[in-house]
Amino acid sequence: METISAASQLFQFIVTGLTVGAIYAMVAIGFNIIYNVTEIINLAQGEFVMLGGLIMVFMHVTVGLPMILAFVATVLLVTLTGTMLDRLAIKPIRQPSVMTLIIATIAASIVIKGTAMLIWGKSPYDLPAFSGRTPIELGGVIIQPQYLWVIGFLAVVAIGLTLFFNRTILGKAMAACADNPDAARLVGINVQYMVLLSFALSAAIGAIAGMTLTPIALMDYDRGAMLAIKGFGAAILGGLGSFSGAVLGGLLIGLIESLGAGFLLSGYKDAYALIVLLLVLFLRPSGMMGNFEVTKFKRF
Amino acid sequence: MLRIRKAPICVGALFILLFPWVAGRLPAIEHYPDLMVFAGIYCLMTIGMSLLMGYAGQISLGHAAFYGIGAYASGILTTQYNLNPWLCILLGSVAATAVAVVVGAPSLRLRGHYLAMATLAFGIIVNIVFREEAEWTGGPDGMGGIPGLDIFGYSFDSIHKYYYLVWIVVAIAFFFTIRLIQSPTGRALRAIHASEAAASAMGIDISRSKIVVFAFSAILASVAGSLYAHYMNFINPSTFDTLFSIKLVIMIALGGMHTIWGAVVGSVLFAFLSFEWLHQFGEYEIVVYGLVLMMVTIYLPEGLVGLPGRIVQRVRR
Repeated sequence: METISAASQLFQFIVTGLTVGAIYAMVAIGFNIIYNVTEIINLAQGEFVMLGGLIMVFMHVTVGLPMILAFVATVLLVTLTGTMLDRLAIKPIRQPSVMTLIIATIAASIVIKGTAMLIWGKSPYDLPAFSGRTPIELGGVIIQPQYLWVIGFLAVVAIGLTLFFNRTILGKAMAACADNPDAARLVGINVQYMVLLSFALSAAIGAIAGMTLTPIALMDYDRGAMLAIKGFGAAILGGLGSFSGAVLGGLLIGLIESLGAGFLLSGYKDAYALIVLLLVLFLRPSGMMGNFEVTKFKRF
Repeated sequence: MLRIRKAPICVGALFILLFPWVAGRLPAIEHYPDLMVFAGIYCLMTIGMSLLMGYAGQISLGHAAFYGIGAYASGILTTQYNLNPWLCILLGSVAATAVAVVVGAPSLRLRGHYLAMATLAFGIIVNIVFREEAEWTGGPDGMGGIPGLDIFGYSFDSIHKYYYLVWIVVAIAFFFTIRLIQSPTGRALRAIHASEAAASAMGIDISRSKIVVFAFSAILASVAGSLYAHYMNFINPSTFDTLFSIKLVIMIALGGMHTIWGAVVGSVLFAFLSFEWLHQFGEYEIVVYGLVLMMVTIYLPEGLVGLPGRIVQRVRR
């Protein structure tokens, strides 16, 4: 009896970990889209997730729009926020250096977070699950239907983006900017527009992550920073810039966090992912699937 | 900024010396010396941060951790082990140095976003430790009963006495930092900022220089934390969270990252902003910080210290 419950407990942690990990993966994908086009790490990425959750609560619960309409409206609003972030905080910087860009995205994240606090206050909000809360029981493991939505959306986002970047002209143009902005400009690609688009796209994905996460873990104004740093951990773990790496990294971070909190000290839940992030940065900053460029000067 | 101009230092010193004497007599601003104690504590930290970020070009988003290490070293060692507070300040700096070397050695090999994220993660982990190890730290509720400071029976028990103590420490740090900037290490730092490859080709030990300045800034932050703990007699983890690390960045960005003066101006201004002028905004405060930081990044990349120079340039043209 004891062993069975231990095994089902393990599986329970794995299922929860993969679900949260899927959210981190979506945040990591958001990082990668902007990074690939601009080489900027958008530290406000987590705020998109927070906004996605809270705006969805507003649209669906407060205003009472049907789920699908609220979903679309939320994606549009968060996307708009993403484009404003580029236009108001990033583009006006005259001499962009890595340090000023980091500071600018931090400033933007503080503004977004503070504004959300003024609108929604400090209390956490709940959102009805997309298809009810009747749990599916599978050999002693409880699976919330919402878990499946999260995983499903990750799959849709990952496949959709892969097709977008490989098959469409627009996607290929964006990839070209990532490769060589000057060359892209020479062949007539509007790089400014592609940068704007990358912010819009990653905001939209952040919104989706936020909306699917809220029914599982509630949402409050202060959630963005931690989601961003874990998403970044996922992106690094998988190799910055790689979409498949982001998915893998996200799921791994989620697993580590869930198993760590379950079997080690639960109070250190948030620390496990960060310790992994530090170890990866220290030992292999190129990640599992990335290319080596960070410690270039070492080879000088 | 190699040359030290004597005039601003004299004016600054005179101002600091006379400030409590004047402000303390004007009822409307008699609490200003209290604000200046915090300003001095911040200043101590931002001097190190400006050396690290402005001169060496290495970003840190986790310096609140060192501030916390100093404060908790003082808090834990005085209340639970009854050690002399001055010894605790020293032990706190030793601990901060050790942590800075252990974390700095691998972190400072990283650059840009990677370094930013590594320091951010480090800061959060340390803060989680402060919250979780309640047996030592009192957990989220914090710890009280931290004794004040005294020396040879002379107790720093009033705001004005503590004011002078803090600003004397700031002055020592200030001059030490200027010496450091003018030393070969300082020149090495600026070379690293300009081009790591070139600096390395010239035979500069890059990682050593970076770690030295990182540890130096950690010591300053730790001493600041101890001074804070002995002044407030109470500490809790939220004082040392990531938001505070970011506030430090706001301070040096506001004042101007590329000179030590920027750190001083930024810290004093920030202390008054946060404790006095922005207080009326209440919950809006955080939005204002974000907007200030955004505006400074866009319109004042050299900070307030760079403003006079820019105006002069404009007028001359």
